[in-house]
Amino acid sequence: MSSEVLAMQSARIDEPTWIETLHGWVTTVDHKRIGLLYILFALLFLVIAGVEALVIRIQLMYPHNDFVSPQVFNQMFTMHGTTMIFFVAMPILFGFGNYLVPLMIGARDMAFPRLNAFSFWLSALGGFLLYFSFLGGGGLYGAGAAPDVGWWAYAPLTARAFSPGSSSDYWTIAVLVSGFGSIGTAVNLVATIVCMRCPGMTLTRMPLLAWLYLTMAGMVLIAVTPLSAAQIMLLIDRYLGGHFFDTQAGGSATLWMHFFWIFGHPEVYILIIPCFAFMSEIIPVFSRKPIFGYPVMVAATVCIAFVSMSVWAHHMFTIGMNSYANSFFAITTMAVGVPTGIKIFNWLGTMWGGRIQFRTPMLFAIGFLFQFLIAGLTGVMMASAPFDWQLSLSYFVVAHFHYVIVGGILFALFAAFYYWYPKVTGRMLSERLGTLHFWLFLLGFHLTFDPMHFAGLLGMPRRIYTYEPGRGWDAINLIVSVGALIQAVAIVIFVANLIVSYWKGARAGKDPWDAWTLEWSMSSPPPAYNFASIPTVASRRPLWDLKHPEDPDSRYE
Amino acid sequence: MRAVAADIEPVGAVEAAPAWTLPDRGTVGMLSFIIAESAIFTIFVVAYLFYLGKSLTGPTPRDVLETPIFYTICLISSSVTIHLAGRRLARDERLTFLLLWLMTLVLGGLFMYGTAQEWHRLIYEHGLTISTNLFGTTYYSLVGLHAFHVTVGLVMLASVLVLGVAGRVGTAQSPRVEVLSLYWHFVDVVWVVVFTVVYIVGR
Repeated sequence: MSSEVLAMQSARIDEPTWIETLHGWVTTVDHKRIGLLYILFALLFLVIAGVEALVIRIQLMYPHNDFVSPQVFNQMFTMHGTTMIFFVAMPILFGFGNYLVPLMIGARDMAFPRLNAFSFWLSALGGFLLYFSFLGGGGLYGAGAAPDVGWWAYAPLTARAFSPGSSSDYWTIAVLVSGFGSIGTAVNLVATIVCMRCPGMTLTRMPLLAWLYLTMAGMVLIAVTPLSAAQIMLLIDRYLGGHFFDTQAGGSATLWMHFFWIFGHPEVYILIIPCFAFMSEIIPVFSRKPIFGYPVMVAATVCIAFVSMSVWAHHMFTIGMNSYANSFFAITTMAVGVPTGIKIFNWLGTMWGGRIQFRTPMLFAIGFLFQFLIAGLTGVMMASAPFDWQLSLSYFVVAHFHYVIVGGILFALFAAFYYWYPKVTGRMLSERLGTLHFWLFLLGFHLTFDPMHFAGLLGMPRRIYTYEPGRGWDAINLIVSVGALIQAVAIVIFVANLIVSYWKGARAGKDPWDAWTLEWSMSSPPPAYNFASIPTVASRRPLWDLKHPEDPDSRYE
Repeated sequence: MRAVAADIEPVGAVEAAPAWTLPDRGTVGMLSFIIAESAIFTIFVVAYLFYLGKSLTGPTPRDVLETPIFYTICLISSSVTIHLAGRRLARDERLTFLLLWLMTLVLGGLFMYGTAQEWHRLIYEHGLTISTNLFGTTYYSLVGLHAFHVTVGLVMLASVLVLGVAGRVGTAQSPRVEVLSLYWHFVDVVWVVVFTVVYIVGR
């Protein structure tokens, strides 16, 4: 009601000029706007890093291709990896968290709105710094150059002797600054979820999305900070003449690997846990059943977070650790598969016996389930140290982690886009374009990443800029590159859908999916203050209780 | 389905139950921040321990380090004074609060003076800088990171003191002062760890 009154009032005021609109967005502390800024920023970088992937794939399409030089190829895979992790996946997931968490727990904003804005602008600064390296990375040495040390920047590649100019400094500072942004947002998410829940929303009644974001934010606090510490050490080495990673003065290159992967592996779970969160909201709604095994889902998530903190050195089997370390990290890595398997069975249990509606979000969710399962299985294969010795640094590894990141995380993100776009914009995304996007992307994804496993098994190493013909990789690489181009077409359709539906999409109304969580109780898009009066909830599905007063969930929970 | 959805009133017609209380967001936020900071310090401590005795040239910790007992006592006492100051503020005894707060600031300042003196001695008498050897790199990084946190704390303590003298800090601000106090306690606890690692284990 009150939102309509507000709309009538604002209609009488003159339309804001474009400069006022811009000023409003730049100075905003509203969690919904900051969430959207995060998502738009990430989409911009998704396109940029996607183009870098295409450059890599065009170069590798044929043997002895010379589309780009080896130097540029190194820059492309470095920038592709760094951008996709730090400036696409992290900000887009923080964006969804920012937008959705306060709405779903019945709060008017995050706990610290100004910290929220500060964190976003730190991340944005990091992204722009990274790309400024194309202009300024050569420092005083001449032409610009982007970082070319790989996304994990192993020592001693980053030492002054091997990385003159400023390109590695841009990489370090960009990642450090965006890391501070991540820590700020994580502090904010924890404080919001712990302290801002509406009356009645006990921890056992929170939507699973809030629970999973709480876990993810807790992991960010513990896992992103080691990377920040390592980046500070690297800066000390490069600027103050320190010796942390300087092997000639007794420093250790292995220590950098440990510090990097203490961050690097939990990071994968930091990215996938919010995707589990999307699945846990979307699958029940389109199966028309409440989530199966809510407490077990929470326990499994916390268990994953806990175990994933002690698996990092499975990235380092090939550096020659002793057999105790190898056994420990092999066992912990396989152990992570258990709670993850529990989650997959719970989603299947949710779908079992439900009246499944195959709308676009559900299509992507089902794609996620299959692909994430395969990604997990190849992960268990490589958890075995001897198998990893054979295939580490081959395309098998590339195939495995792209199966996680594209087949898992990106599919879940697409599901989330189709599911919450109506809430954010008030318009439905086109189902026709969405279905086309799904099938085309699915085709492109499997053409790209299925054959990569075989390229790896046939011995194709990672990060090579070209290869000899006649090793059995030629046809595979051609198929992979064609698949990448098909994915690019699918992404164009997706972006077109986002833009066209903003003006032409069908009106969504409050609750287009007949869903059960609090964000669907308000108008689309939600008013600036979210809730005119703070709601009170009595079960995990407050909207079900409202729609079905004769049979509310609160009677059974 | 859509028709059903459109009829729903905004949830919230029910009045909030009075018994609903959640933790203070400032405290939870600061605790989260402290967890994050602990992870950063852990990495620096691990690096320090890992590189113990691995320097290719001198000087070594045994040669040059002297245990800063007096300044350590200063810093740990400042945790006591800030705690007492917070309790006075909660009871609105503003003058005692300001005096205890000033004492905290002075004790923290003394500690920083001790660090400065030690660094001066190491640099000018023993020629140990951050680029001399692995000990220099790890020592200045770890102790420097802690000193940086003390400095940030002192700036915030001084801001509260200025506002307090201007009469702007009362019981209403007490929860916020407690949050700052949490940070200060954390900085002190980190020093206990750094002290143990650098001056006891590391020699």
